[in-house]
Amino acid sequence: MLAPIIKVDAISKSFGAFKVLDGLSMQVMPGEKLALIGPSGSGKTTILRILMTLEKIDGGHIQIDGEQLYHMERNGQLLAADERHLAKMRQKIGMVFQLFNLFPHKCVMDNVTLAPMLTKGMARGAAEKRAMELLDMVGMADKAKAMPAQLSGGQKQRVAIARALALSPKIMLFDEVTSALDPELVEEVLNVMRKLAAETDMTMLLVTHEMGFAHDFADRVLFFDRGRIVEEGKPDEIFRHPKQERTQGFLKKIIAAGHRV
Amino acid sequence: MTQWSGYLGLILQGALVTIELTLMGSVLALIMAFLAGIGRLSRFFVLRALATAYIEFFRGTSIFVQLFWVYFVLPLAGISLTPLQAGVLALGLNVGAYAAEVVRGAIQSIGREQYEACIALNLGRWQGMRHVILPQALLVMLPTFGNNAIELLKATSVVSLISLADLTFQAQVVRSQTGNTLMPFTTILVIYFVLALIISWGVRSLERRMARGLDGVRV
Repeated sequence: MLAPIIKVDAISKSFGAFKVLDGLSMQVMPGEKLALIGPSGSGKTTILRILMTLEKIDGGHIQIDGEQLYHMERNGQLLAADERHLAKMRQKIGMVFQLFNLFPHKCVMDNVTLAPMLTKGMARGAAEKRAMELLDMVGMADKAKAMPAQLSGGQKQRVAIARALALSPKIMLFDEVTSALDPELVEEVLNVMRKLAAETDMTMLLVTHEMGFAHDFADRVLFFDRGRIVEEGKPDEIFRHPKQERTQGFLKKIIAAGHRV
Repeated sequence: MTQWSGYLGLILQGALVTIELTLMGSVLALIMAFLAGIGRLSRFFVLRALATAYIEFFRGTSIFVQLFWVYFVLPLAGISLTPLQAGVLALGLNVGAYAAEVVRGAIQSIGREQYEACIALNLGRWQGMRHVILPQALLVMLPTFGNNAIELLKATSVVSLISLADLTFQAQVVRSQTGNTLMPFTTILVIYFVLALIISWGVRSLERRMARGLDGVRV
């Protein structure tokens, strides 16, 4: 029996008086593709940011690949993780952001090679060879020398995906990666993600408002509301036969807004 | 009329001293600016406190008094400096304090998403600072650095008070030897102005070169 690669146990997180995550627990198996859906403010983006160590947690535990993320075991005691432990854990995780977050002063190639060269000590030649493979996979090989400002949103996001993949993470987090794109550019990014899901056994967590894509892409869909998982199940169960009233209400609103399910 | 060329030579010698002071003072100011500017953003209280104390002190007291301190008071503690050393030290420390705030502000102007990309790519704090944040912040700093350098150039004239033979000092010499006020002071006025123009042009062309590619038009 396989052990879960992500194990979230009773996580809570508040921003001021607002409780974003309220005793959230979930498990993800290796290779699983998860879609996290729900209204804004429901905590779905926050849990991705917590997994990437961009937010601190107020309480609870997270295990990644059998190891504590925010804690270190020392002499049988659990201590708060230091920077070195966090750096070790971050090697397992990559993230793609809604607004791409490319480095504007570096060309596409340098965006992709910077982290492997600095954090893994890869030589420039090896890093560039690997970067070209990845850029080729996302269909951006011919733009290797371009600056980010010369690219469209969809192209930027594909470069950002290649950049995250360059560190060969076991887990990839996608935070509303198509939300900032013009409608006609959404599909080129989704295609890259479909390819990625088909060709790799990476564990992928996806926060999205693209319900149609979530339906086709995910093995399992989690519906978030008010810092908790209200309902989860196979895409068909959630999208065709939601059991919870709040899930039904949310999907109704989404469909009314013109999204395809 | 022939003797004017001799006096002009004297003033040009002074110009060299002024240029030397400006260059060396700018280098020291730059070093101090980055040390104190980054120090102010440190995680460590001691570094923040040191940087803040330095900045507040050197901004809050007059360059004139600082120079006299370095040149006349430090020897009482056994540290004797040449006029040039004293001038570079006082000018560099003084202007560095202003420029440190420029460094801090520029670093803070870089969006949070760039820091988050650094974390997501597992860059260490210093790696992110060195390869991602500072290169972008530098572009924000440059125009104000240009201002600071011109301020420094003009402030070099205070060293004439500790008998360092810079532009202003030489003009005084020429004036006392010839009794002519118009010629020496007009000459150095023009020279200061031309030097300031050169700094402006230099900084602007550096800015243009660094901005290349960032707007997606020029590459």
